[in-house]
Amino acid sequence: MTEVAIVGLGIHPFGRSPELTGLEQGAVAARAALADAGTDFKAMQFAFGGSQDGGNADSLVNLLGLTGLQFTNIWNGCATGGSSLNAAYSAIRSGQYDMGLVVGFDKHARGAFNPQPRDWGLDDWYGETGLMLTTQYFAMKIQRYMHDHGISRDTLVRVAEKAFRNGSITPTAWRQTALSWEEIEHAPMVSEPLNKYMFCSPAEGGCALVLCRADMAQQFTSRPVLLKSAVVRSRHYGSFEVFSPSQAPTVAPSPTVTASQAAFEFAGIGPEDVDVAQLQDTEVGAEIMHMAENGFCAHGDQEHWLREGVTEINGRLPVNTDGGCLANGEPVGASGLRQVYEICHQLRGSAGARQVPNNPKVGYTHVYGAPGISGVNILAV
Amino acid sequence: MADQLPLHPGLFSWPSKRPELLGSRCLECGEHAFPSQDSCRACGSEQTEIVGLGHSGTLWTWTVQSFMPKSPYLTDETPETFRPYGVGYVELPCGLKVESRLRENSPDSLAIGLDMELEIIPVRCNDEGTQLMTFQFCAAEVS
Repeated sequence: MTEVAIVGLGIHPFGRSPELTGLEQGAVAARAALADAGTDFKAMQFAFGGSQDGGNADSLVNLLGLTGLQFTNIWNGCATGGSSLNAAYSAIRSGQYDMGLVVGFDKHARGAFNPQPRDWGLDDWYGETGLMLTTQYFAMKIQRYMHDHGISRDTLVRVAEKAFRNGSITPTAWRQTALSWEEIEHAPMVSEPLNKYMFCSPAEGGCALVLCRADMAQQFTSRPVLLKSAVVRSRHYGSFEVFSPSQAPTVAPSPTVTASQAAFEFAGIGPEDVDVAQLQDTEVGAEIMHMAENGFCAHGDQEHWLREGVTEINGRLPVNTDGGCLANGEPVGASGLRQVYEICHQLRGSAGARQVPNNPKVGYTHVYGAPGISGVNILAV
Repeated sequence: MADQLPLHPGLFSWPSKRPELLGSRCLECGEHAFPSQDSCRACGSEQTEIVGLGHSGTLWTWTVQSFMPKSPYLTDETPETFRPYGVGYVELPCGLKVESRLRENSPDSLAIGLDMELEIIPVRCNDEGTQLMTFQFCAAEVS
């Protein structure tokens, strides 16, 4: 069976772009990815795209060209990008198509998301009484995790510190100002133990990738990146998830654990083979928990990993080298693809000031989102 | 017209001397759910019964909501009169962990493992002036 290569990378800077719609930011990213691959939209046989608040992704054909291609809209929460990539992976692996585009974009209103209970199978009382906030869930999950695994507040601060430091050398990031340990520690509290600088915010941006059969890749780039696995998994009974009025007595592994294990199995490698990773960091606790849930360390090891700088750009396993969601914000439709964009640049050796020095061969991306869904991609050169 | 009504039916037994949470239990696999469900989220069975879940438990995790949430939160409060509230999961005798508002709202008064008790409290008034009631947990009195 043919392998799948990523041959074009495009992004529209994340943050706030009042002059452009979400769709237009998607078009900017798509054109950049096509130009990066030295090709054009007419050569695309398929596209998968997604956006939460930016409109129907397939409206992009009005901007990119009405070529008649198969364009499928994907909507899967925070795993939208992962699901689009998974669909593209399958379309090429199966032999149905040779080449296509994956694109995601978004443009969210300022402030936290305001989900509606009915959309999540819940009754209105749950939202009306003030329980339907993702910030509360993240705070409660890391609170319990800190209790169970001996994670200190210092480690929470260090994750944010790293994110903004990496964001400060990422030209397309939203937050490009490094923050000191003290500035982070003394920020206003949002939901104990997490404060203002420990959460990412909804934002805007676009990201796109051109994929093709690996045996065609050299036509488009001298530095193709192979997509070794693209896995999406949903939750099991008992996993501790957002928007849950009750949780089962026994805590089951999260969908991240099952997605990660499946992705490693498909790729035929293990966590020890990964040189650079992107782990969903909608808040600092998520990055900490996801280090262990993806198999990179034991629960509790994060405490000394952060202290020793293991996940810094020059560390043994650099994590979120572009500042992750914390520094880039989260335009939901584009966020998962940004992770893949960054890893591809790291594997190509074209990540500029944030290039990891360990000559990376294997990269890893992970998203996690409501109501308990996870997407993992493994990439290699 | 009643002065007080539950915000949503079926969440708790009330009025009653000792209100308790109401949930469902699967007749096939025995797993509990809150709020009650007609089908079991563990095994998919459609055979469930309504059961009392008790009025006490221990705090499994917690946080504090420090700012007034936007919609879908519905309240008579204003950002000026808003008081932070605790939120936690309380582990009940059957093992189920139920998410709830907590009366305690400062980190100093909350800790994992704390004994908690159910109380029924007003959330807001409806257009007719009736107080709508919901549940919350508070730290149990030390006897």
